[in-house]
Amino acid sequence: MPRDASIKKVLVIGSGPIIIGQAAEFDYAGTQACRALREEGISVVLINSNPATIMTDTEIADRVYIEPLNVEFAERVIARERPDGILPTLGGQTGLNLATQLAEAGIVDKYGARLLGTPLKSIRKAEDRHEFRELMREIGEPVPESWIVEEESQLDEPLKSGIWPLIVRPAYTLGGTGGGIAYNEAELREITRRGLSLSMHHQVMIERYLAGWKEVEYEVMRDANDTAITVCNMENFDPMGVHTGDSIVIAPSQTLSDKEYQMLRTASLKIIRALGIEGGCNVQLSLSPHSFDYYVIEVNPRVSRSSALASKATGYPIARVAAKIAVGLHLEEIDNAVTRKTLACFEPALDYCVVKIPRWPFDKFNVADRRISTQMKATGEVMAIDRAFEPALHKAIRSLEVGIYGLQSKASSKMSDVEIEEAIRIPNDERLWAITEALRRGVMVEEIHSLSAIDPWFLRKLKGMVELETEIKSQSSAILAASEAEETPPADVVSLLTRAKRAGFPDRSLSDLTGAVELQIRKLRKRLGIVPVYKIVDTCAAEFEAETPYFYSCYDSENEQ
Amino acid sequence: MKALLALEDGTIFEGQSLGAPGRTYGEVVFNTGMTGYQEILTDPSYAGQIVSLTYPLIGNYGINADDFESRRVQVEGFVVREAADIPSNWRSERSLHAFLKDRRIVGIQGIDTRALTRALRVKGVMMGAISTEETPEQLVARIRSAPAYGGTDLNRQVTAERAYHWPPYTKQLGDIAAAEQRALELPALDQVPRVALLDCGVKYNIVRSLSALGCEVTVYPCTASADEILSRNPDGIMLSPGPGDPATLGYVVDTVKRLIGKKPIMGVCLGNQILGYAFGSKTYKLKFGHRGSNHPVKDLNTGKVYITSQNHGYAVDPDGLKDGMEVAHLNLNDGTVEGLKHKELPIFSIQYHPEASPGPTDSSYMFETFVRTLTAN
Repeated sequence: MPRDASIKKVLVIGSGPIIIGQAAEFDYAGTQACRALREEGISVVLINSNPATIMTDTEIADRVYIEPLNVEFAERVIARERPDGILPTLGGQTGLNLATQLAEAGIVDKYGARLLGTPLKSIRKAEDRHEFRELMREIGEPVPESWIVEEESQLDEPLKSGIWPLIVRPAYTLGGTGGGIAYNEAELREITRRGLSLSMHHQVMIERYLAGWKEVEYEVMRDANDTAITVCNMENFDPMGVHTGDSIVIAPSQTLSDKEYQMLRTASLKIIRALGIEGGCNVQLSLSPHSFDYYVIEVNPRVSRSSALASKATGYPIARVAAKIAVGLHLEEIDNAVTRKTLACFEPALDYCVVKIPRWPFDKFNVADRRISTQMKATGEVMAIDRAFEPALHKAIRSLEVGIYGLQSKASSKMSDVEIEEAIRIPNDERLWAITEALRRGVMVEEIHSLSAIDPWFLRKLKGMVELETEIKSQSSAILAASEAEETPPADVVSLLTRAKRAGFPDRSLSDLTGAVELQIRKLRKRLGIVPVYKIVDTCAAEFEAETPYFYSCYDSENEQ
Repeated sequence: MKALLALEDGTIFEGQSLGAPGRTYGEVVFNTGMTGYQEILTDPSYAGQIVSLTYPLIGNYGINADDFESRRVQVEGFVVREAADIPSNWRSERSLHAFLKDRRIVGIQGIDTRALTRALRVKGVMMGAISTEETPEQLVARIRSAPAYGGTDLNRQVTAERAYHWPPYTKQLGDIAAAEQRALELPALDQVPRVALLDCGVKYNIVRSLSALGCEVTVYPCTASADEILSRNPDGIMLSPGPGDPATLGYVVDTVKRLIGKKPIMGVCLGNQILGYAFGSKTYKLKFGHRGSNHPVKDLNTGKVYITSQNHGYAVDPDGLKDGMEVAHLNLNDGTVEGLKHKELPIFSIQYHPEASPGPTDSSYMFETFVRTLTAN
């Protein structure tokens, strides 16, 4: 299908002010969508109340309205502009809510417009807990078993299920107080009794407890021709229990075999098809670390923070493609803007590792509870790309701008062993450095795994980095001497420096570890030719030539800049 | 231990040894799949080739007992950016390095695999060699004096030693090994669709997929005659994938020509190329092939697009096709032929891998189509 020629003017709804739990992802997506629509010769009208956005620049849209995002003002804009279509799926929840209200109030029909992209009923199906569970049952995709219980006698069903452990969550209590995890009948009865008495509505929700399971996300896209693709999958460093927005995230997944990767990919595509989404969608799944068992946790039927991350992690412009799909184009009719030779209808192949770390606002609020769990607290995030996990993690840490530039933080180095254990067991913003500090103090990977349930693959990578730190320290006099001498240092020093840089150790860390002057270290490695090269993010692992100048640095051989 | 990878054009990469020390030689190709290294290592279509993976972190989930696609490691050599020392996955039984060492496969790690991919993309695939023993000069000299890819009959090396049955609903590796051992002791089953599979380098998952759909599969060596293949009166014939240059497989093409019109036929990968030859066409070598899990293919009959798993270095030339055979699938990246279909006879083939392993399972419906053809006839 070529693009729908009846669409000549489109109203794009922005997302208003940025709130906690959001970065600037909706401005990013909205801007990309406006450009994509204009590429198709469509006139773009934009409404948004947030002045600090790129999309409100008059070069991005044809007409910009800085107005409150409510029905009253939106109707006036629609009446005046008479758009053929309204694109609501790029402005986050705000844009979506406003579009729903406009449709329900009959305003969309009244002015002869229509909503573009994913139909509202698909969005409702994805967002309504009950409808979503029903749909998953219909298509045979597993969701965690759960029961609403209002009196103790209703415990028969969860007990009959034979599922253990179960998590009990009292409804409407602050911060989930009164809940808990039950491993047997006696515990379940006791926690339920306590929960019911604490709940204002005398209600608890009981659900299969997936603690320690892997959390994996798939960013998928679908067009009106039912072609569906995966843009990216991502694995959370923090297992289930931490909101994905508060998790360290790695793309692509690292610990999934092809069978597991494909099983979850197939499930994600089945879900986007069943929902009838036309555009992008994020599917969150939970995978057992001990079997092929998995559960579908949640679906975000629109562009989101995750899709912004996936776009930048792969080079695949999800919002651009979603906007083109919304005006009738099929994936095979949209070009791959990176290669210009291939199409948007493919799945990006990465030849690097991406690490995202959330940025929390705790430093601004001294009293804030620094624990993280199922409610997102981060206000932003940083992403880093490199050829391996270690340097990508190192770069992401340095991007955080929290005064930490490596594997050591002042806070965790001052903690007692007991405090370290606590900081590993209960997720919080310091956990990464608590883990490296524990490794430094000789705690075994197995023990950290049993405290945190973080996959041993990640923990062993951290252990390798701490061991390299120790090795650098043990060679400090040789490195110090080399940094002060003119002649070429011994081969083992050169090899160690190369390995350190390949693992992402900044010169500043090398200086701290060896006592050498940072600038002297830099001079030394420049003299030795240990310098970074730049490689291209090209969506296709170099299979095709890329035209987009999107680079990352790494200590590898060939420079592509 | 230090290791070198050299290409025919004299390019040298220096890295560390992976797997067994020693020397190896083959056509150097790259695969862009991010998972599935165990399936790739054991896929017979990689016989004669040194495979480089573009994804840099390989071996993370180890080697397990189930993800074998044939009895042995088939690649001549293996190239990765970084091999995991200690894998992490519930099915993992050993590390990539220990496995390769045990199977005496020579590999190299620590090289700039992206630079290698770019070199192959620009110049096309080349012959190459990995060595822990030779100097760069010796290595390049050895490559230049060795035969080119396709000069030897790789299919006879990888095919089944003798015909054997694979009963319906057989999935586990143990069952498969037992089936291969039992050879033809079992009588042919009457109640289930029976498929004769001509093995030019079959992947287990093709047989598993047919078996999962309730078929009994009889696997024949690639040298089997048409009469042998028809002897047990199968309901349909499957032509397997396999390594090598299809232009050199005249004997297989002749066998297949004798099967046309007798039974429904489905070809996969090399099977697609063999059918191309049987219907008057030829193949040509692609500059750097299609190897990965992300190739978009359009089914021209339905207009639907699928993401497919691919592994081939040759493509069917659509111009020579005759006697009712026509192009049915196209690759959306470069427009090459990805599938054929006969206008009247129940004969069709695809250049990509419906059995996945590794890669997406989007096109497993092709097996269902084939099995429906068997029961309809």
